[in-house]
Amino acid sequence: MASKFTDHLGRPIVAVTGMGVLTSLGEGIEDNWKALTAGQSGIHSITRFPTEHLSTTIGGTVDFMDIPVANSVERSHAMARKAATEALAQAGISGDFDGPLFLAAPPVEPEWSMRFDLGDRVPESARDGNAYAQFLSVLRDKPDAYVQESMLFGTISERLADDFGTRGLPVTLSTACASGATAIQLGVEAIRQGRTDRALAVATDGSVSAEALIRFSLLSALSRQNEFPEKASKPFTKDRDGFVIAEGAATLVLESLESALARGAKVLGILAGCKEKADSFHRTRSSPDGGPAIATIRGALEDAGLDESGIGYINAHGTSTPENDKMEYLAMSGVFGDHLKSIPVSSNKSMIGHTLTAAGAIEAVFSLMTITTGTLPPTINHDNPDPAIELDAVPNVKRDQAVTSVLSNSFGFGGQNACLVMTAEPA
Amino acid sequence: MSKSARDVVITGIGIVTSLGIGRAAHQALLSGKEPLKPAVDNNWEAHYAVHPLPEIDWSEQIPRRGDQRQMENWQRLGVFAAGLALDDAGLKNDEDACANMDLIVAAGGGERDIAVDTLIVEESRKTNDREVMLNEKLMTELRPTLFLAQLSNLLAGNISIVHKVTGSSRTFMGEEGSGVSAFETARARIAAGQSTHCLVGGALSAERPDILLMTQSVGIADKRQGEAEDPSAVTPDGVVFGSAGAFPVLESREHAEARGATIYATLDAVEGDRGSRDAGKLETRLGRLAGMVAPEAGAVDLVISGAAGEPVIAAREENWLADHFSTAQLRRQALAFGHVIEAQFPLALALGAIAVSADVPTARFSSEGEADMPTAPKTALVTALGFQRGEGMARLTRAA
Repeated sequence: MASKFTDHLGRPIVAVTGMGVLTSLGEGIEDNWKALTAGQSGIHSITRFPTEHLSTTIGGTVDFMDIPVANSVERSHAMARKAATEALAQAGISGDFDGPLFLAAPPVEPEWSMRFDLGDRVPESARDGNAYAQFLSVLRDKPDAYVQESMLFGTISERLADDFGTRGLPVTLSTACASGATAIQLGVEAIRQGRTDRALAVATDGSVSAEALIRFSLLSALSRQNEFPEKASKPFTKDRDGFVIAEGAATLVLESLESALARGAKVLGILAGCKEKADSFHRTRSSPDGGPAIATIRGALEDAGLDESGIGYINAHGTSTPENDKMEYLAMSGVFGDHLKSIPVSSNKSMIGHTLTAAGAIEAVFSLMTITTGTLPPTINHDNPDPAIELDAVPNVKRDQAVTSVLSNSFGFGGQNACLVMTAEPA
Repeated sequence: MSKSARDVVITGIGIVTSLGIGRAAHQALLSGKEPLKPAVDNNWEAHYAVHPLPEIDWSEQIPRRGDQRQMENWQRLGVFAAGLALDDAGLKNDEDACANMDLIVAAGGGERDIAVDTLIVEESRKTNDREVMLNEKLMTELRPTLFLAQLSNLLAGNISIVHKVTGSSRTFMGEEGSGVSAFETARARIAAGQSTHCLVGGALSAERPDILLMTQSVGIADKRQGEAEDPSAVTPDGVVFGSAGAFPVLESREHAEARGATIYATLDAVEGDRGSRDAGKLETRLGRLAGMVAPEAGAVDLVISGAAGEPVIAAREENWLADHFSTAQLRRQALAFGHVIEAQFPLALALGAIAVSADVPTARFSSEGEADMPTAPKTALVTALGFQRGEGMARLTRAA
């Protein structure tokens, strides 16, 4: 039943025809790929805000964006717009995109600078009672539309919909650290449903602030290895102690293979399989038996029509937290068994940190780059491997190796698991 | 209309509003002869009118105290309403069905610690080094688990933990549009055979002053703060937030019939859009949506409007509806229940499904500006118009 344009289940094959990326390593695919395959780290001491009193003072913040106001909405939007502009240029699409937009965006809280500013506007005589009642009295006297703009979760997708002429109501989503993968999955589903020939999957996270960092710190999720920032993210090692918070954005232009080829677009790869499966074990921890993660990986392989022998490289979630890396290894072992030893597995997060909402999409872009270039990016800082995690982690140095299929894992708080399988264009 | 195995039907309705708890209670309200009387309070700390939460014994749907403690009221309310939906659909504790059930939640952010925020704002007025003070206070004053109660995707996460719904879990954000997209996506997946049953909905617990910034910042909040003695007797002049949780269970007809489920309504179509509302553009867009969702305008006998309550937009929608659905009776959700943001469209769908499933005319939602219905509704159009942006529409028909 499979034809040139349909997959093993008779569904339209989904091609990737454009990609864009932006991380602490730089702007654009070329710079990022060069740095990533050189084993360069984008992690640094945070300068965006003072770090006194903080237990973690490092991050992979993106500090080179030109934004009108320093807040998460502006930064996340600016990064998403850059990544989408790059992806659409590569896809050769100009003018209105005319397909749906699926945006993974951080659930942004108003900035503290805004609260301080509103607090300053309260007359001395009214500085009584809860802060929000005071703010409301200020806004009753003088409305301030930017307060709304910078706190609505729909702001970023509204702007992107106007920037790129996407169709219909854009979806803004969060599945925590799996969000980027979910945005891609939604696009794949829409194309498979025949609702559209193309979809724009965008993921962005520019939400590193003192409060965001402190919230993760209080959950003991972050690395405290502040002294050598570029060494702090060390997935799958014995001395890993938490993830490094980071920012970034990525965009993928998804198209039915048929429509991509019909318009003469260059196909960068195929989004062959997706699967998500929720875990009901705990708010921040995964089921100890790895069951839901195993089911997610298996489901993605099945969706792609591959078995355990069909994966040539795994782009790991690899956060560098004690818990995640152990669980991810357990899940991969559960699926691939002894064969896992012969599959290279590396973590981009060793270099770019954990870009949270954007991670799944950034890592999907790097997975496709692995396929198109035949280069496996390394897991850096892999000096003291955890003996309980027997992986070919592509330690410290890139490797030239042709692969035609990649599994990319994403796991997040709230029991979120999502996996993608990407393959080379069918010959 | 002919039936198909892939028709999307509603087989469970979890609903909590300021007027009651559960499908049966709302069925009774909607079947009454008298207009609904809103439960409006302005005697809370922010002195804005609000439709408060009803008295709820969380233990009825969240048995473990430990689970209750990990959440604030927004997540509790959503998890509670989701539990009611599973009960109503006959799927509660059906491990296999829940393990394969998809979940889409329309979510905002959770409650903040208002006392800590207030403390920090007060301190900020005494120091020149605000950012350092902020670090110090947040590190010492923030409750570590509050983060999880605030995270948007943790309403879905808690539904998975408490009710074991673990097929897939997606959280959509972006105010009212998220509720529209949630149903648009779930319906499209079931219709395409990508999903067999899906729990979809959202919640808002409105008694939190921070959310008022969203409307007061642009001057569209109801302006009666603390003035009206009985705020339920006065027509609001802006957005009044409400507390509600609404979770319909969507299912393919084949899946529902195979397990002998009660079908309340079919969800025939859902569409959403956004864009400029200038000079007639809103009306043009509504017309386009209606053309897709309910091309046979004369068949629609009930419209549940999910307009947020901002008077100018609400009036434009009413005028447009009067032109395009002249034979339908209008029921304005925000007047009876308040505006519930992400849950606005889920609530409208829940109310619409209840209305078309009942064999009686639907009660008026307000004593002013709505007419009695001559007969029981068979086809309902449900709308959502965001207070800032985004529009959505769905059509529901009575199960044949």
